[in-house]
Amino acid sequence: MKKIFNGSALLPLLAFALAMLIGGLLIAFSDAKVLALRSEPWEMVKAGAATAWNAYVALFEGAFYDPNLARQGGGQGFYPISETLVVAAPLILAGLSVALAFRAGLFNIGAQGQFIFGAIGASYIGFTFELPPLLHIIVAMLFGVFIAGIYGGIVGLLKAKTGAHEVIVTIMLNYVASYLLLWLLKTQAFLREGRNDPIAPDILESARLPKILGSEFRISVAILISLLVAWLIAFLLNKTTLGFRFRAVGANATAARTAGMSVAFVTTSVMIVAGALAGLGGALNVLGGEYALTVGIAGSFGFDAITVALLGRAKPLGVVLSAFLFASLRVGGQMMQAKTDTPLDLVLVIQALIILFIAAPALVKALFRLKNINSSTGMAAKGWNG
Amino acid sequence: MSVELRGITKSFGSLVANDAIDLKVEAGKIHAILGENGAGKSTLMNILFGLLQPDSGEILIDGERIQVNEPSDALSAGIGMVHQHFMLIPVFTVAENIVLGHEKIRGVGTLDLRDARTQIMEIAKRFNFEIDPDALIEDLPVGVQQRVEIIKALFFNAKIIILDEPSAVLTPQETDELLNVMRELKKQGKSIIFITHKLREVQEVADEITIIRRGKVVGKAEPTATQEELASMMVGRPVDLEVAKKPFTPGAVILKISDLKVTDNRGRPLVSDINFDVRAGEILAVAGVQGNGQTELARAILNLEPHIYGSISIDGNEIVGKTVNESLESGIAFVPESRELDGLISSFSIAENLILDTFHSAPISKSGILDLERIRSNAEEYTKQFDVRLQSISDPASSLSGGNKQKVVLARELTRPVKLLVASQPTRGLDVGSIEFVHERILAERDAGRAVLLFSNELDEVMALADRIAVMYHGSIIDIVAPSVTRNELGLLMAGVKGKSA
Repeated sequence: MKKIFNGSALLPLLAFALAMLIGGLLIAFSDAKVLALRSEPWEMVKAGAATAWNAYVALFEGAFYDPNLARQGGGQGFYPISETLVVAAPLILAGLSVALAFRAGLFNIGAQGQFIFGAIGASYIGFTFELPPLLHIIVAMLFGVFIAGIYGGIVGLLKAKTGAHEVIVTIMLNYVASYLLLWLLKTQAFLREGRNDPIAPDILESARLPKILGSEFRISVAILISLLVAWLIAFLLNKTTLGFRFRAVGANATAARTAGMSVAFVTTSVMIVAGALAGLGGALNVLGGEYALTVGIAGSFGFDAITVALLGRAKPLGVVLSAFLFASLRVGGQMMQAKTDTPLDLVLVIQALIILFIAAPALVKALFRLKNINSSTGMAAKGWNG
Repeated sequence: MSVELRGITKSFGSLVANDAIDLKVEAGKIHAILGENGAGKSTLMNILFGLLQPDSGEILIDGERIQVNEPSDALSAGIGMVHQHFMLIPVFTVAENIVLGHEKIRGVGTLDLRDARTQIMEIAKRFNFEIDPDALIEDLPVGVQQRVEIIKALFFNAKIIILDEPSAVLTPQETDELLNVMRELKKQGKSIIFITHKLREVQEVADEITIIRRGKVVGKAEPTATQEELASMMVGRPVDLEVAKKPFTPGAVILKISDLKVTDNRGRPLVSDINFDVRAGEILAVAGVQGNGQTELARAILNLEPHIYGSISIDGNEIVGKTVNESLESGIAFVPESRELDGLISSFSIAENLILDTFHSAPISKSGILDLERIRSNAEEYTKQFDVRLQSISDPASSLSGGNKQKVVLARELTRPVKLLVASQPTRGLDVGSIEFVHERILAERDAGRAVLLFSNELDEVMALADRIAVMYHGSIIDIVAPSVTRNELGLLMAGVKGKSA
């Protein structure tokens, strides 16, 4: 608890609170019924508050626990939280990918492309080969991780050998991955029988991740895997020599070099690991929820991952928490839209506001009159220096 | 114009940086404020210049109380300040930098520099400066950049000029020029507040000396006071500025450099024709004006430079072409020129900084896993052994003072099994106490039979510590002389004039 208030977690929390507040105002003022009360200010405030409150209640119910569904019995009320965790799992991994690269001083915009590679790899193994259940999952996952690791490693190698800026390279490789996916889905190998639209065959039963709450809920071991990996990354960063190298190069590359560390090695290896992490996210998304490779398999996971990593201050635990937050916003946002006619786009606005406040710590400090926030927020502000 | 500070008190949390300080600077005098790093000199000047607000106390100019809430108040009261780190924009010209924030605009928003240029030329003429108002700042040597800062103060009609550690970044020659500039300013009626911890400079130019220790004025001194007296007042205990050196007993050759050449990426030589040996138990000091290849030579020994030709051997083992890590492991301790940039990772804890080049092997780590307990005990032991003043070993290195940062670097480097110590500017920016400590450690290394290669721009340091002195000029070693050489002879060699060898 103490940690929350000594600054490192306080800023993200305040940023979130501010973003929700402004989001609430936007909801209130975009409601025609509220605007119609212009002549009666007090009534207008009350109506606005009610509108915002209802929207946020719908958001909350849609993300965690829905009393209406609960009446159907069988624990159905918990269906939303299951969905939230299904979305959170890949997001945690993609977020870790960006966060780890951050810690080594690299801005990995390429989680999207790496995610796609992981999904392609896992899907291909998943529907092409017939293997025993557990083995099938492992092989499919590892293959996705492997090709995504290589895809990320290319970026690191280019940076180490030629000095190419990782931001530019990863942005370009995102396009390559998207169009490669589009092309693959039209090739014979990936075309689903009887269909000519771009959708790959469903992966075989043996390659699907076991569900943990029965067939009624989509939640699978994917979330457990992603939590385990987050713990592993925390261990890597804090307890291993490799993690020490990553952090040293990220914090001060010239001092790391003077102390005998190879910056080229770190750049390459951290991008391999980052690629592998995002790739695992893609693989889990296919094996644990989607089952079929489509053009939209990566959604906006790779880009949300950047926000997640920033909000989580590039720390594994922070990434887990912020991925969970973003997943609940995304899942709950749909319910909010359905129930209260509040557009889903508002969720994007809230996400953007959170980042805005994180990137401008001075603003939050001024608003809350905080003096001694120990802001190591350089990350968001100087990520481009790479 | 005279300025008086009365009862200035300023605290940061529990730390009292200035404790009821009284100070009076007479018109047309050079008033030196002497104190160790962290004594509160800069805080006091930042208060006078309006960058900080005092908790209590008042500022009087010519006997009249003034309110200084921000630097613009100070400027209009005739106070100018030249900061230790220059506030100049490298890609702007001299004139553009000087008018920055007070630009004159002509027509539809084009910059009018004509008046500024004439005015700058006038100031330059009046004070005997040589300056081209249209030169880009980044093309100018550090000494000239500082001149620009001074002109900037004069441009705004400053009558009192605060110079905050002005010689910290200068070569001996540039320092001499600066002292001349200060005399010239005084002659024309300006008052100067000169913040420093360099005793020689104080003795040379100061009219009045105030000594500050731990936020308090501990006394005044006459410019005729000896360096020992001034240093003792600064540190608060007797200080022996003479370095006690044991007799020179050189052993086997440890470092042997032959036909060494270092080039930049375009193949232009930075260092060439370097040949020398350093023996066990010997300190070879490399002197020279900054920028004559010393930095590159030091970095080449660690294989930190990308293009190295020739031979460098440590105890008979060739190291050119090896990695930085292999060079370190061949038995080199390296104290880099910049503690902040190359020596330490300021956001890392002190404990982590102490393992920066040993983390990859036992006992600090085993099979890639760090032994956190060992890292902690390691840090406790080394910080005690090297007398690092700290609150906690898990605090970031940035929380340490300059001297303690350097002690952390020394502790890390000297506790490894090394044969050669390469130290670049090891006392730059340090206070008297820390300089003493660093000198003692370097001599202890020599007496323990290690070879020491010391790069230093401080002539006093070179002459006090060296068993032999190599002088670098334009990337080559112009001569190697005995430490009995005079300052004048060294100065000539540093300027590239080679007479008879010593």
